[in-house]
Order: sequence, then structure tokens, then C-alpha cells
Amino acid sequence: MIRIISILTGLFFAAALLWSLLWDTIQLGKDGLPHTVEKAFVKHDLKKLDLASDGVFGKFDEAQLQRGFAVYQNVCASCHSLKHVSYRSLAALGYNEAEVKAIAAKATINAADPLTGEFKDRPGQPSDKFPPVVYAGAGHPPDLSLITKARHGGAAYVYSLLTGYANQAGYKNHEGKELLKEFPDAKTPDGLHFNPYFANLNIAMAPPLTAEGQVTYSDGTPATVDQMAKDVAAFLVWTAEPELEQRHQTGFVWMGFMLFATVLGYMSYRNIWADKKGH
Amino acid sequence: MSFPWANEYKPSHPLMVWFDQRLPLPRLVYNAVGGGYEVPRNLNYFWNFGFLAGFCLVIQIVTGVILAMHYGGDTSVAFNSTEHIMRDVNWGWMLRYGHANGAAAFFAVVYLHIFRGFYYGSYKAPREMIWLLGVVIFLLMMATAFMGYVLPWGQMSYWAAQVITGLFGSIPLVGDPLKEWLLGGFAPGNATLNRFFSLHFLLPFVILGVVILHIWALHIPGSSNPTGVEVKSESDTVPFYPYYVGKDGWTIGLFMLIYSAFLFFMPNALGHPDNYIPANPMQTPAHIVPEWYFWPFYAILRSFTQNFLIFDAKLLGVLAMFAAILVWFFLPWLDRSPVRSATYRPLYRKFFWVLVIDVLILGYLGGAPAEQPYVLISQLATIYYFLHFLVIVPIVSSIERPDPLPFSITESVLGSDGAAKLEAQG
Repeated sequence: MIRIISILTGLFFAAALLWSLLWDTIQLGKDGLPHTVEKAFVKHDLKKLDLASDGVFGKFDEAQLQRGFAVYQNVCASCHSLKHVSYRSLAALGYNEAEVKAIAAKATINAADPLTGEFKDRPGQPSDKFPPVVYAGAGHPPDLSLITKARHGGAAYVYSLLTGYANQAGYKNHEGKELLKEFPDAKTPDGLHFNPYFANLNIAMAPPLTAEGQVTYSDGTPATVDQMAKDVAAFLVWTAEPELEQRHQTGFVWMGFMLFATVLGYMSYRNIWADKKGH
Repeated sequence: MSFPWANEYKPSHPLMVWFDQRLPLPRLVYNAVGGGYEVPRNLNYFWNFGFLAGFCLVIQIVTGVILAMHYGGDTSVAFNSTEHIMRDVNWGWMLRYGHANGAAAFFAVVYLHIFRGFYYGSYKAPREMIWLLGVVIFLLMMATAFMGYVLPWGQMSYWAAQVITGLFGSIPLVGDPLKEWLLGGFAPGNATLNRFFSLHFLLPFVILGVVILHIWALHIPGSSNPTGVEVKSESDTVPFYPYYVGKDGWTIGLFMLIYSAFLFFMPNALGHPDNYIPANPMQTPAHIVPEWYFWPFYAILRSFTQNFLIFDAKLLGVLAMFAAILVWFFLPWLDRSPVRSATYRPLYRKFFWVLVIDVLILGYLGGAPAEQPYVLISQLATIYYFLHFLVIVPIVSSIERPDPLPFSITESVLGSDGAAKLEAQG
């Protein structure tokens, strides 16, 4: 009895699926495979970005993080917040206590006065987090604290996006197809900017890094657009994963210990079973 | 029950004698996972995953309880408190990455454990109850993992809650009120997050309880083995301690190496970037996908695209997704072959490997976008999934001619000469 019910149930599901399959095949015959401008023209092969923090032994390059922080402060910070990051954690970039205090003090924090309880503006302290950024224009600039973890491709995506703005007129993909010829309706609307690395090709953010020397680097590194984009991507890896160095170091020691313990465990296993194996 | 030749617990220290007479807890442990439990000597490494699954449950409970000390179950603070754990709590990143990757590791280990059960016919008499309890554990794990994924209140958390509770909305008549009752509102909100947090804390302990029943039920007939031949004599078994404690023990090291490689060096490899974006009810992610361990079932859900007879397409998808697991409950009665191990079932074995490939394909499709040609392939793969369990298994198990089985476990390990020699030694 159970087998008859079972076979009938199986045939019911199979019939329902064949029905769906039939209609979907007819539909597919009419429409063909999905062909959208995003599918054909969004670039998924990101530009290559080598960072000191990559790999099992990866560590942050403090000088690069400081340069990236300068790019954030002078360019990104006018629209993008960094709300999960505390000023005190900037010590990890190689700043000493006085420098951290000076950086924090440049910020204005709206907080309760400990004596009166009134909310007032005061200079920032190392214990504060980066304040919210009020953006007056259209669109919603995302908070950047976690951006390299919140996008496919991480830091390489940030770097590709920042340096990937292109002119839509005459833009061709890797197959040599021209976007506006294939999709004449997909013209970038006014107020948006064409960028083949962005998920829908049209991003609200205007190209933020445009000229060499836009940010002055204190360590004398030439501030080319490419260099600034790399540095800020490296900095945003740190804001998203401040634990990275500690994680790598702990992991390395831990894996060494586990390898040793596993070999010992295997040897004792062989020893225990010695009298039960073989003839 | 135990075999007559099993060691008896004999406490030597007077304190343990005193303790054993008043509360035989040491005796219970000795008979469960010590020298008193006789286990077939021929178990291969597929028999290690039950122990490893128990180990994963412990990792999840320990990391989870500590995480709950720092987490805030309120939509206004959930995302930020998760970041607080990652940045400001000492070793918080290790707890959180350990818990997230621990869930993935738990599922990986349990899938291999289930694979073992399928291939070696561990569900067959007299072990049906172990199998049924195992399916209950798996269902509880899925519920727990789903609710845990909602807690960080990122984009995927929110939309996963929306999609999964939406499934209940497709049930005729009671669907909408049921969905609102589950969510505590019309859409996922603070009430949803609060109850999911509460249940996510509770369910692991329910799982622990069912695991104890699962092990209890195991100790009635004792462990199965790769030949599927029952234990016949003392030479067929070895005591759990030290033999299988030693074998399970070193594979814990192996497991930890793989798990730790994810935890320390690629902690986000199995996650989805969208869950690092705070939940936003106004913005639907381009692709809503669950974690990888739900992909095969998600593909089954999405493969029903057309209404059929009186059934709504969405309802069919929901029924099929639950049926895909519920059908496992009936497996001991659908598979009537008296031979347990697929090693000796040439015809069944072929269909079984097709099923394994089929589920891997479904897994890939569940993570892919819901568009052609993926939907067509998942329709074909889902057809095979149901035909396998509901039609092929019952028919194959009654027409198949199995290969000859070894006479005993000892013979399968030592060969017939070796077994005879052992016999002669007495």
C-alpha cells in the first residue's frame, strides 16, 4: 500500500514539473535566453589589485593605510560615512596617541553634555566613532565601514569602480559589441554616470578621483589617480576587517598547533589499532 | 542492549564504587562511549561524521552562548551590535566567524553523515528509529540555521525572513493569517527578530535532546557497518574505547584544520556580501539566495513555475520543498531490499550515484539566479529527485538481485583464511 501511494505521489510531482517544463520551454522558444544590458555589459573581470593584506601571511602596509585614510578624509568623507570605525582604532595605522587625538579633534560630534544632558556640538575624542555624514544631493551614498565585505570582489571591486568610469558613447564589451548599438534605450540618464563595473552600469556617484595631486601625500608618494584608488581600497579593507592581522597571526599559530596535534593523534590511532589490522 | 562479550564497568576507586551505587552515571557513559560499547571492527571513515556532528553542535552552543552575551536582539541595534562583536569584543571576531563557519561545517559534516546512511542502508531494520530521529535533527538544524541567519539583520537576513515566511502565505485559506502570526506583523520587523532570537537560542538544546535519543536508539541494535552484515561473534567487534575514541579523535584534528582554515583565512568565503549591508525593507537585493547548505532545496522550490490542476505554482513549490525531506521519513519502508549496503546492490548503486550527482546539480542551481536555462535544468533534476525516492527505490528494491555478501565482518576484514585462523585459535 505504502508503495502504491509513494509511486502515485512521485508521478504527481513529476507531472506537475513536466507541466512547468513544457510551458517554460515554449516561453523560452519565444523569448530566447535572457538578454539584458547588465548581462552583456557589466564587467565582472575586475582589475587586478595586489595588497599587502592579501594571502595567509598578509599584513597591513601602514604607510598605504595612512595614504588611503587621507584620500577618504579629503574626498570620500564629503558624502560617505564610516560609522563603525572609532578614532582610537586609527592607532593601528601607525599614528601615535597625540596624532589620534588631533585627528579626532578635527571632527565635530553632536553628543550629550555630561553635566547638563543637552545635546551639543563638541570636538571629537578618540573614543568617538566617525560621525554621520549628511548628504544633501540625490541618492544614498552607502556607509563605507564594511564596503569591501559588502560587495563581490571586495577591494578589487572598489579599485575597479573608482578607476573604471568610461565614456558610454562608443563603449564596447570584451566581445567587441557596442553598447548603444545593441541597446539604444540603455543610454545613461542625466545625473548618473556610466561605469561598466557598477551592477546596473549607471552610478549616481560622479567620478571622485579625477586629477593627479588631488590629495597631498605626506610621504611623498606621487598621488596619481591609480595610486589614490589603490590606497583608499587598501584603507577600506582595514575599516572592514580591522582584525585581519591578528586573525592571520592567530590562525598561523593555531594551524601549526593543530597540525602537530593531528599528527600525534594519527600516530596514537595507528598504535591503538596495531593489533587489529592485517592478518 | 549490548553484546554478551562487552566489558562490564568495574570501578576500582572506592569513591567511584560509592558513586556508581547511588547514581550509575559513570556506568552510563562507559556503556555509551567507553569500553562497554562494542562496535564493528570494520567501520570506514564515513562512520566518523556522527561524532564530528556532535562536536560541531558543541562548538555552536559554546560560541553561540557567548555571542548572545554581546548581541542585541532589536532591529535598531542588531546590525551594529554584530559589528560591535567583530570590532570591540575581545576575540569577538573569532567567536562570530567561528559560529558562522561552524554552521557551514555542521551542515557539511551532517550531509556526509546522511550520505553514509543512504549508501550503506543504515536506515533499515532494526535501525529505523535512529534514522527517523536523525531526520528530525536535520529539520531542527535547518530551522535553527535559518533563524540564526536572520539575527545580524543584514539585507539577506531580512529578505530570507521575508521569503521563507512568505512560503507559509501560499497555503490556502490559513496562509496569510499564519504568515502574520509567524512574523508578528505584516512584514519582518522587531517582533520577528525577537522571536527568532529566542527560538534560535532554544532549538540547539532541543537538538541536543534529540541527539541523546538518536544515540540511545543507536545503542539498542549497535552500530551498522560497511558490509551491512550483522555482528555474529566477539571477533567482529572492538570496544569503542580505545579503538574508536582513537579513530574519531584524530579526525577531529583533521576537521579542525579544515574548519580553522576557513575561520582564520577565508571567513567570508561561504557567506554572501549582501549581508554586510544593513536590512532595508525598501530595497530588494538583485538575487535573494540562502546559504549554500539550503541550495538544493531552494532549487526544488523554484522549479515549479506553472499552476497545475487545482494547485498554485507557489504552493506546489512549497509542498515539494518540504516533501523533499519528508520523503526521507518513509525510506525504511520504501526500500524493501533486505541487503543494507549499496556495495552489494549493483542496480541500486547506479541509481544512487545518479541521485548524488542530481543533488549536486540542484545545489549549484539553487545558488544561481532564477532564470533560464537554470530553471529548466532544475525542473529535470527535481523530477529525478522525486522519481528516485518514490518510484525507483521501491521498484529496484523488489526486482534487484544483490551480489553475495561476506559471511561475517571478521571475514570481510581478514579474508576467509584469516577468519579461519582466528577461529582455530579460539
